Amino acid sequence: MLYREAGQYKTSYAADMAVFPILQDRIGLAVILLIAFVVIPLSGNNFMLNSVLIPFLIFALATIGLNLLTGYTGLLSLGTGGFMGVGAYACLKLTTFFPQVNIIVWILASGFFSAAVGVLFGLPSLRIKGFYLAVATLAAQFFLEWCFIRIPWLYNNSTSGAIEVPLRTLFGIPITGPTATPVTRYLIVLAIVVGMTWVASNLVHGRIGRMWMSVRDMDLAAELIGIRLLPAKLLAFAVSSFYCGVAGAMMVFLWYGGAEAEVFAIDQSFLVLFMVIIGGLGTLIGSFFGAALIYILPIGLRAVPAAFGLPIHPAAAEQLTFVIVGALIVVFLVLEPAGLARLWQIGKQKLRVWPFPY
Amino acid sequence: MDILYKVFIDPFLQMGTSPDLLVQTLWDGLVAGVLYALIALGFVLIFKASGVFNFAQGIMVVFAALTLVGLHERGVPAFVALALTIVVMLVLAYGVERLMLRPLVNQSDIILFMATFGLTYFLIGVGQLVFGGNPKVMIASELYLPSGAFEFKALGGFVSLQKIDIAAVVIASVMVGVLAVFFQRTRIGRALRAVADSHQAALSVGISLEQIWVIVWFAAGVVALATGIMWGARSEVSFSLQIIALKALPVLILGGLTSIPGAIVGGLIIGIGEKLGEIYWGPLLGGGIETWFAYVIALGFLVFRPQGLFGEKIIERI
Repeated sequence: MLYREAGQYKTSYAADMAVFPILQDRIGLAVILLIAFVVIPLSGNNFMLNSVLIPFLIFALATIGLNLLTGYTGLLSLGTGGFMGVGAYACLKLTTFFPQVNIIVWILASGFFSAAVGVLFGLPSLRIKGFYLAVATLAAQFFLEWCFIRIPWLYNNSTSGAIEVPLRTLFGIPITGPTATPVTRYLIVLAIVVGMTWVASNLVHGRIGRMWMSVRDMDLAAELIGIRLLPAKLLAFAVSSFYCGVAGAMMVFLWYGGAEAEVFAIDQSFLVLFMVIIGGLGTLIGSFFGAALIYILPIGLRAVPAAFGLPIHPAAAEQLTFVIVGALIVVFLVLEPAGLARLWQIGKQKLRVWPFPY
Repeated sequence: MDILYKVFIDPFLQMGTSPDLLVQTLWDGLVAGVLYALIALGFVLIFKASGVFNFAQGIMVVFAALTLVGLHERGVPAFVALALTIVVMLVLAYGVERLMLRPLVNQSDIILFMATFGLTYFLIGVGQLVFGGNPKVMIASELYLPSGAFEFKALGGFVSLQKIDIAAVVIASVMVGVLAVFFQRTRIGRALRAVADSHQAALSVGISLEQIWVIVWFAAGVVALATGIMWGARSEVSFSLQIIALKALPVLILGGLTSIPGAIVGGLIIGIGEKLGEIYWGPLLGGGIETWFAYVIALGFLVFRPQGLFGEKIIERI
């Protein structure tokens, strides 16, 4: 009833090409942003912010990054964890050398370092395709992981071999380090994620996005219509790694507050890939859905036995979680291979014609 | 100049001055290569027949070995346990075909790849729930696998060959031979090759895809069991073994995703290259390079042959 577009006339090309052509969608987005920026910081408890919302947003950003590469450009990458690590270590080095510059600037700037590394490892993508490329990107993953462990300079020669996040402030309010409150960190993460999602949305709706998608659909044909493949693919690697790098830097500086190299291990790459595929390849909103489902599902599953008062050994619960998550992935792929974003579209379509079936 | 000397001259001088170490390294590399090749073989079987990049092959190795050891722990005699494990792998193949492959037929590659991730998680969970997460000792002596080592003087030093390694090489060779005969000489083997060439054409001449998939997944399961026994006997049976699947991936792309000889040659190149790199060039970089060295070797080959050494030539049409 409420979700009707009747009477919403488009009188200009700009209105016709809008990302959110329906008024209700725009209102919905405004409400979500209002809740995220105002209501949650006012009412959210620390557990909710620290263990659910901040990680969800960070993973959503990494998922958008991988989605730009895998979903939009069709290049399968398993090096996400490594690229996130480059961001985190670059941020640490930058803020060590230039402590007076604001940390938010460095979090964003560290993306450029991982973009450079991404371009380097993306070079073979012109010749190598498909699963061959996926395995080739694993070379990046393992090599970078090895660097994080073996080069003490990267973690400032600290004895633990871990990144220790220093205290940094903005207008006198601590935003990283142990004294920063979850609310401040949440707001910064949220602002960065919203801003970068907006940029990504503009990228994929514009010339660059169409170029990427034509490469994805058939790179040979794309070449014939005049798209230069190497710059297109390398740009995808660069932008994707930039997003992953910023996500990695935020993960260490605004979420964990300190991390070892194993945070950026191969599991992280796979986790982000799950989020991309479950959310929907080549959709931005799917990246958020995927991150939410894959990150929150295990937390929820762990809470279920406790909620019903079932006495399950924690180790057994952990193993059951594995079984259930594995089975759910298969079931979900069987039911809807195009991901959660497709379900969302179907739902919206149903809502538009409700109460009629079509 | 010093670094150039260390990279290009010093390792070869070392090889020349102590040939016994070189022989030992080559042998270790050969054995590791054979075992990588076995895992890659499981991948190739499935990829050829169903186009699925089966990430779960690594966990299938662990799962098969765990089932064998777990059954034996519960008092089942060793060879009965072996037979039962083969039955379990058959059931697994049937279940995978029924519940995963059949509903997902004609989906894009990445979706099927993803589904095998789901399978990986599922098998990790089930394996830990049923048999526990602790490392176990492979029942090598009960299966009459040899232990101990031959040591002999050669080339001015000692070279030691583990008997279990020799057994691994022999068993792997026999298995590859049997698979080759099976593929080339039997009716089912011909059907498998037909499916590998083209699903539609195979269907149209009356080959049952479902049956073929069960057979290849079962064959991959048996290969996984053999691999699991060998790796388990060399170290121990634990979930950390599944990372060897990641070692098999460079082997796979080096040899070509669709080629059985490729898996074997790739395995040997990677195994020997990795061990040589680790011993002679590793110290220059501070050690621990075996995690990525194999990938760099594979990447080097791929730049010149994008389909791998023995892969089918990639022909692209608009």
